[in-house]
Amino acid sequence: MNAKTPARSQRRAPSVADGRDARRDRDLLYGLYRQLWRVRHFEESIGRLNKQGKILGGVYSGRGQEAIVVGTIYGLRRDDKVAPVHRDMGAFLVKGMSARQMMSQIMARASAPSRGKDSWTHTGDLEIGVIGSTSMLASSMPIAAGVALAGRMLGRDSVAVCYFGEGSTARGDFHEALNFAGIHRIPCVWICENNQYAYSTPPALESAVPFYKKGEAYGMPSCAIDGNDVLEVYDTTMAAVERARRGEGGTFVECVTYRMDGHSEADQANYRDRAEVERWAEKDPIGRYRRYLLDHGFDEADLPEPPPDVVQEVRDAVEFAQNSPLPEGHEAAEDLFDESAGVTHWATPYPNYVRTPWLGR
Amino acid sequence: MHQTTYLGAIREGIAEEMRREERVFVLGEDVGVYGGAFKVTDGFHDEFGPERVIDMPIAESAIVGVSIGAALMGMRPVAEMQFMDFISCGFDQIVNEAATYRYRYGGACSVPMVVRGPSGGNIHGGLFHSQSREAWFTQVAGLKVVMPATAYDAKGLIKAAIRDNNPVIFFEHKYLYRRVKENIPDEEYIVPLGKARVASAGTDITVVTWGAMVSLCQAAAELLEEDDIDLEVIDIRTMVPLDTETILESVRKTNRVMVVHEASRTGGFGGEIAAILAEQAFDSLDAPIVRIASADTHVPFSPPLERFYLPSVTDVVEAARKLARY
Repeated sequence: MNAKTPARSQRRAPSVADGRDARRDRDLLYGLYRQLWRVRHFEESIGRLNKQGKILGGVYSGRGQEAIVVGTIYGLRRDDKVAPVHRDMGAFLVKGMSARQMMSQIMARASAPSRGKDSWTHTGDLEIGVIGSTSMLASSMPIAAGVALAGRMLGRDSVAVCYFGEGSTARGDFHEALNFAGIHRIPCVWICENNQYAYSTPPALESAVPFYKKGEAYGMPSCAIDGNDVLEVYDTTMAAVERARRGEGGTFVECVTYRMDGHSEADQANYRDRAEVERWAEKDPIGRYRRYLLDHGFDEADLPEPPPDVVQEVRDAVEFAQNSPLPEGHEAAEDLFDESAGVTHWATPYPNYVRTPWLGR
Repeated sequence: MHQTTYLGAIREGIAEEMRREERVFVLGEDVGVYGGAFKVTDGFHDEFGPERVIDMPIAESAIVGVSIGAALMGMRPVAEMQFMDFISCGFDQIVNEAATYRYRYGGACSVPMVVRGPSGGNIHGGLFHSQSREAWFTQVAGLKVVMPATAYDAKGLIKAAIRDNNPVIFFEHKYLYRRVKENIPDEEYIVPLGKARVASAGTDITVVTWGAMVSLCQAAAELLEEDDIDLEVIDIRTMVPLDTETILESVRKTNRVMVVHEASRTGGFGGEIAAILAEQAFDSLDAPIVRIASADTHVPFSPPLERFYLPSVTDVVEAARKLARY
């Protein structure tokens, strides 16, 4: 961004989407509501399946944070890109990966986008612009910057939206990515999900400054907003996305929220104060948004909890995944290299040196 | 034909690919107006402009990460590590991100990118400007690993690396940058990844080697002619993919083998080659496999220390004499 452009920062007290225009498009309002439930219901069903021992590997619930993935992605175009991390299962769904795909992914099925190679959110789909992450948190940030840079190099006005927890703002990759993005006005919106804990570590032990200040440090407009208010998240992100589309560079949005469950299902989160959890439960993004809608022209009957089509979609996904075959063992050696270009000539089939001839294998 | 250095050959290769394919671009520290610390990208800024020759901040993780993101979108980035020693600062991005993308997308994406830069010692660069780290990356599935020994190969291999749809780690040997001058064809050519080269044909002992050690082994081969010992020097060119057939064919002919590399001995890629030969050519061996490598220490600065550290022509000659007598 231009050095003359003043950094804009604000810190709002968490509040219900107050004073908003009730004449917003009804489809948009209900669409957000439905997606919030879609994410929550999907994740709750994973929790249940996990307790039944039907899930392999870690489970990282985003309960309480749904307004962020829904509010940031609902208004994006198909050619925009998102780079979610482990607690953003909802981002995969809202951006367009199917519940069937993601349930298969979690159940290690051959039908999963990863074909069983890895679990959870360690995959993606370039067709619909989902850039997967690894467990090295913040490592996806330079990659998101590269994705956004490539969009610009290819002459497109698509943007990228990159997610990271407040804990990740301590990592070098965070700083390397934002520094680069700031210098080159990379069209990427940076969504800091401040859910108050990096596993068990509270913000006071994560950073000496408010997280959104770190965005300012790299020369981009930065703000902290109520991450449990889906309309505030939507409005802020869409403004940032449009700004990026216009070629004015990135924006740093700290979404203040709360991780209602432990770091993973294995974490009882006993390091937290019960009163704190209860306080945040009152700010639940779905309950608040529902009350807002009831105050703004919706009836109880309009707002099922959860919507039946969502329940049906998730039920179908579970059934699909459970009935999908597991991959064959030998597939472990597939999908390593792209040999389609025809330029690579293997002298011998790869990998050739796992064979020990006299053993006959 | 025209004469060029090893460094000039790499420059020609990248420039040709950038002219051929708009999606090829370079990024790295000081690669822009300055033309790179070793001048590999000299003139690129003028010819291709700052959009395709991106001067990066000192941030290796970002250099690699931005390359990965761009590659996922169909660009073909060529990232320079100012010194390959600094690749450790981008290590996470290479091994956990670049190498795994295709695998965890179930084969539904490609990461066509090159990370290249000067590696190796014998230039009194000290601990942090002399390392040979190719073996690190051979342990990581999903990466290809290249180290050319000649100007001809440097050009042909960098072009193949850029055209490859996978992440390629391209180690250039900085000792060879300006010392090697060769005539190379004016016409375009590619040296495919995964095909070894018989650098010197021979009948008595196979020497498997790569990088700057190839010419060192060839020098040893010339000296050994006086002893009537005929070395066959195999330049593997790429560690991944590895052309085991060419190595095995040679060993089946000579029945004696030495592996020579500049990286220190323990955990070096020579151990892998020795193991392959022990598994697949044991019956062809008339003598134990010999490994010649650098000492298991850091690459030291002072000339006598560095001479002690690096394999020498004498090391190869003496080992060959013993091996021939075994």
